[in-house]
Amino acid sequence: MMRRLGKIRDYAIEKMIFISGIAAIIFVILIFSFLVREGGSFFGEYDLKNFILGHFWYPASDPPRFGILPLIMGSLVIVLGAGILAVPLGVMAALYISEVAPKGLKDLLKAGVEMLAAIPSVVVGFVGMVTLVPFIKTAFNIPTGLTALSGCIMLAFMAMPTIVSISEDAINAVPWNYKEGALALGATKWQIMYRIILPAAAPGIIAAVMLGIGRVIGETMAVMMVTGNAAVIPSGFLEPVRTLTATIAAEMGETVRGSSHYKSLFAIGAVLFVITFIINFIADTYLHKNKEQ
Amino acid sequence: MPAKNKHVITTEKLNLFYGDFQALRDIDLAVSSHRITAVIGPSGCGKSTLLRVFNRINDIVEGVRITGKVFHGSDDIYGPDADVDSIRKRIGMVFQRPNPFPLSVYENVVFGLRIHGRVDKSVLDGIVEESLKSVLLWEELKDRLNRSALNLSLEQKQRLCIARSVAVKPDIILLDEPCSTLDPMATLKIEELMVELKTKYTIIIVTHNMQQAARVSDDTGFMLLGDLVEFGKTSQIFTSPKEKMTEDYITGRFG
Repeated sequence: MMRRLGKIRDYAIEKMIFISGIAAIIFVILIFSFLVREGGSFFGEYDLKNFILGHFWYPASDPPRFGILPLIMGSLVIVLGAGILAVPLGVMAALYISEVAPKGLKDLLKAGVEMLAAIPSVVVGFVGMVTLVPFIKTAFNIPTGLTALSGCIMLAFMAMPTIVSISEDAINAVPWNYKEGALALGATKWQIMYRIILPAAAPGIIAAVMLGIGRVIGETMAVMMVTGNAAVIPSGFLEPVRTLTATIAAEMGETVRGSSHYKSLFAIGAVLFVITFIINFIADTYLHKNKEQ
Repeated sequence: MPAKNKHVITTEKLNLFYGDFQALRDIDLAVSSHRITAVIGPSGCGKSTLLRVFNRINDIVEGVRITGKVFHGSDDIYGPDADVDSIRKRIGMVFQRPNPFPLSVYENVVFGLRIHGRVDKSVLDGIVEESLKSVLLWEELKDRLNRSALNLSLEQKQRLCIARSVAVKPDIILLDEPCSTLDPMATLKIEELMVELKTKYTIIIVTHNMQQAARVSDDTGFMLLGDLVEFGKTSQIFTSPKEKMTEDYITGRFG
């Protein structure tokens, strides 16, 4: 009797673990099919080409216009700017932490980077709103500080922890004997870094950058709070922009369920999903490359 | 060419500590030029540590402390004016595990030249050919110079690492158990190469393989627990050692 109970328990636990294990995949499939269903039916009503390449996002006018090019450009400008700031800073920080910093400082910096990752994005957005936005307004003497630049700077902060910690792993994984070999030839610390360590860690660093960018593209709250949300194709960093994510978050509450507007937001979600999927795929490929070395 | 039997490395009362642990004790040693000097002894006797003193690669170990003097020719290696990078350029090192960089064969050989500022393509090409010829790799690799060095065999990798050291034209090449990951045939070939190279360079080799020391070296030092127990001509050390400990070790009574 006891033994049978034991067997039943084993069986139940095994099944539970199995379900937990495949839950992640099930969720992805469910979310994806939901996006396809809700967003897909939108294209029965609206042309895909006009959707992706349309210059105007006027979902409430009559007839409504659902051109998301300004939103795509908005997201792109934010990603580009945040990348320009965060990538060199993040990679150099990773180099400093793993190659230069003395032991005590190293631990302190690592903890600091992790803390940065732990700050909720609404807090980042809030701090940006009350400090950075007014600063940019006065510094550049422009009508509003709610600009792409503000978004880039705040999101660079948010991408930093990912870039630093994954780059640092990649740099640490460079075999010690490469460094020793270079040292024995009379290479300086800096020469070893840029001739040996950076090339050897490159796949891991690319993966880190991709994951950082993925975080920037998907980020919503902070970006919505500091960028001004004007759905216009931006011509520079000192103009308000609106991203794909901010559009969904800002408008989902005011749409009628089942309306074209409602469906168009799901279509935007599907576009975002495709973009982040591609980015994660690239990151994953490079992470594997790094491991194989 | 410098006169033979001139001393190229001299140590005076050399002591080395890793934190509280003393790894080398009062080492007095004089290494002659254009000869192969072997340092033998059981694991942990300090022979690798001693080798790593000569090109100051021990500097990167945390908590390392050195007393006494080490001279390269008449230059005080640990003196206040010593330039570590230039010391390492003049005193090359080949490691236990072959460690070619994840670059092409060509870039591996010219690495040392590039970091010391030589970038003239025709000069580099010449040195690559010369260096690979000196380690007898040229014929095998001349058509594969742009392939990754990581795909070579272990023995080829080790030869390439020697070529990489030779390319910067050092005075001395330090070999830290260079054959310990190689099979007997490859070992034999590397040993032949060492004998070949001693016409141009002074070679110091650390090995736990006594037969290897007996086969290739001209002078041998025996180390035990951080002491240099005995130093002399290889033929003398292996046939009529003065110290009891040396005799016990080379006859296999411990080790």
